[in-house]
Amino acid sequence: MSRLRSAAAALAGGGTGTVFALLIAIFAVVAAVNPGFFEAPSLMAFLKQAAPLVILAAGQYFVIVSGNFDLSVGALVGAQVVIAARLIDGEESRTLPVIGLMLLFGAAVGLANGLITTALKVQSFITTLGMLLVLYGAIRLWTGGAPTGSLSESFREAGRMGIENVPLLGQIPWALLIMLALGAGAVQLMRTRFGRVLIATGDNELATARSGGRVDTVRTTAFVLSGLSATVAGILIGGFAGVSAQVGEGMEFTVITAVVLGGVVLGGGQGSVVAAMGGALTLEALFTLFNQLALPASLRPSVQGAIIIAAVAYAARQRRLTSRKPQREARPLTATPS
Amino acid sequence: MHRTRQALAAAAAIGLLAATACTSETPDEPAPEDDQSTAESGDEWFDQAEYDRQLEQRGIEPEGDPAAPWLQAIEPEWVDTAEYAQEGGDHTVCFSNASVSNPWRVTGWITMQQQVEVLQDEGRIGEFRHSDAADDDDQQISDIQAFVDSGDCDAIIISPSTTATLTPAVETACASGVPVVVFDRGVNTDCAVTFIHPIGGYAFGADAAEFLVDELEPGSTVLALRILPGVDVLEHRWAAAQEVFADSDLEILGNEFTGGDAAEIKNIVTQYLQRGDVDGIWMDAGDGAVAAVEAFEDAGQPYPVMSGEDELSFMRKWDETGMTAIAPVYSNFQWRTPVLAASMILSGEEVPAEWVLPQEPITEAELDDYLDRNADMPSLHYAKFGGEDLPGFPDAWRDR
Repeated sequence: MSRLRSAAAALAGGGTGTVFALLIAIFAVVAAVNPGFFEAPSLMAFLKQAAPLVILAAGQYFVIVSGNFDLSVGALVGAQVVIAARLIDGEESRTLPVIGLMLLFGAAVGLANGLITTALKVQSFITTLGMLLVLYGAIRLWTGGAPTGSLSESFREAGRMGIENVPLLGQIPWALLIMLALGAGAVQLMRTRFGRVLIATGDNELATARSGGRVDTVRTTAFVLSGLSATVAGILIGGFAGVSAQVGEGMEFTVITAVVLGGVVLGGGQGSVVAAMGGALTLEALFTLFNQLALPASLRPSVQGAIIIAAVAYAARQRRLTSRKPQREARPLTATPS
Repeated sequence: MHRTRQALAAAAAIGLLAATACTSETPDEPAPEDDQSTAESGDEWFDQAEYDRQLEQRGIEPEGDPAAPWLQAIEPEWVDTAEYAQEGGDHTVCFSNASVSNPWRVTGWITMQQQVEVLQDEGRIGEFRHSDAADDDDQQISDIQAFVDSGDCDAIIISPSTTATLTPAVETACASGVPVVVFDRGVNTDCAVTFIHPIGGYAFGADAAEFLVDELEPGSTVLALRILPGVDVLEHRWAAAQEVFADSDLEILGNEFTGGDAAEIKNIVTQYLQRGDVDGIWMDAGDGAVAAVEAFEDAGQPYPVMSGEDELSFMRKWDETGMTAIAPVYSNFQWRTPVLAASMILSGEEVPAEWVLPQEPITEAELDDYLDRNADMPSLHYAKFGGEDLPGFPDAWRDR
């Protein structure tokens, strides 16, 4: 048992095992309720629809593990879809330039969040809450209250279409491939010096700075990555379902919940990006299960809340046990006061 | 220290959970459009007398010119307004708007402003002031109070945010002695000179449900997509649909709340399609209707029989696909009527005490006509906006 535990801990410092166990448990119930769910087309549809949240979770992970929050992502996703619809306005030829512009805008919002948090020393909770309101208000002002324009077919390709007629699977959604590519990129990034400094920053800012880590730079970069992930998520969500005034609403909380569910510790310093993305997948699976069970809409938030608290508490307990093991002290740059 | 941090993290997590729970249920969804009555009897959202009245009103020929439906009225009781008549034409008209937070209200608000310009050019009204409460009851109460306190308003138009909460504010406006015009959602007082609204939510829901019953074979399956619970206008539409479906042989697979979010709609419909056939879709508002249609396309399923709304994105999709559909209408042209009513009242002309505007769904026979008329319009525009004869057409609505 303890070997199993330390295996999980070795993978990600606690939590990873829990979230994937939970994912399997939810899938098992889904399979029992509706065996058809695991046929390729419906599984692919599930992954296509889950991809935006998974990508958003990877972006949020960078910010949270470095000890901050990014509450602006939901508003940013909404803003990006509205911007895309308004600027493209149904013209195919504008698709790529507008996507380029959206990426710049996403990076700029992330950079602003990062610089305000690191240079001006405003707590990220406040910075990004402010950014949420600024984006929400600016978009309302710009559009006169409701989105206008429309997305082009090619813009919608990424979120809606895929590689057709694949043997056994049917359609492999582009969204799934983008999710896997970005996920792999995020994992690689966490293995670089940047990744190590990022975790160390969240764990102990002072010690990291003293040992030569560029704390402010990595934190700002994390916000930029989060802004970019919100942009990609916006492109996929807009592609999946088109423009509506409600796109992105409340997503900041869903994604932070997903990251926490993945065992990433709020306050930073612990957790893996794979687990954060697993948390997003688990949350989407949970929503699917609710639909499959035809659970009354009024009951869903309560059940969702109870399951998440239980999962996080379990992971925290596991972490407390494993943190006494010597392997943790062996890690460099983790001079936590605990 | 370690434990403290864990406790903090747990507390934060719980806070986030509470927030997450809230976001999925917050009634900040603007209640797209509205009729007046609150739930009164029996089933919380079903009022048999009002239901019967609205269904009957659908069959009554409205008085007035059919080319100007915004001036038509169903069974009007005309009231004398001589006491409000004023000399001259530079009357200040003040408008307290609940919000412009959805495309239906944005469309209507543009139409109203265009109508105001015409009245100003004709010298029938002078200054037009407006305030936007952004769906905040308290804000709207203070907006109305500010109009009253200024003493400048010769007439006050109110589109209430919610029924019960705004009632005292409307009474305050009435008590100030100037004529008050209420439209869209109602209030629990009849102190206003006129209350303008289309037939209502029951008629909307019944139009949609009756179409599905007529077009689908007995035993067919129907999925109902709803925006959110607890908003009277939307609940009335669903209550009427349940009434109609109860007398039919259709099987209602479920009724799901979507928040009007296209991604959520597509996700839910996709999941239902994975479990079995869906023959019909009933919606309580057209927001995101296209996403529901796309779910059928992406799943390789035949198009459902569908009720949406007169939002152009849905009507264009309907036309492209040739599916069997109907667009129930919550007459957007009602936004023209209040300013016209105000100018009539200030001239001492009679107006109906309750000004019930016609509310007719757009059927397949009329689809091409309405698409032609709105060819230049953006997709989140409402076909029955009724502003084609205003001088700002089409630019004012196109370049919003």
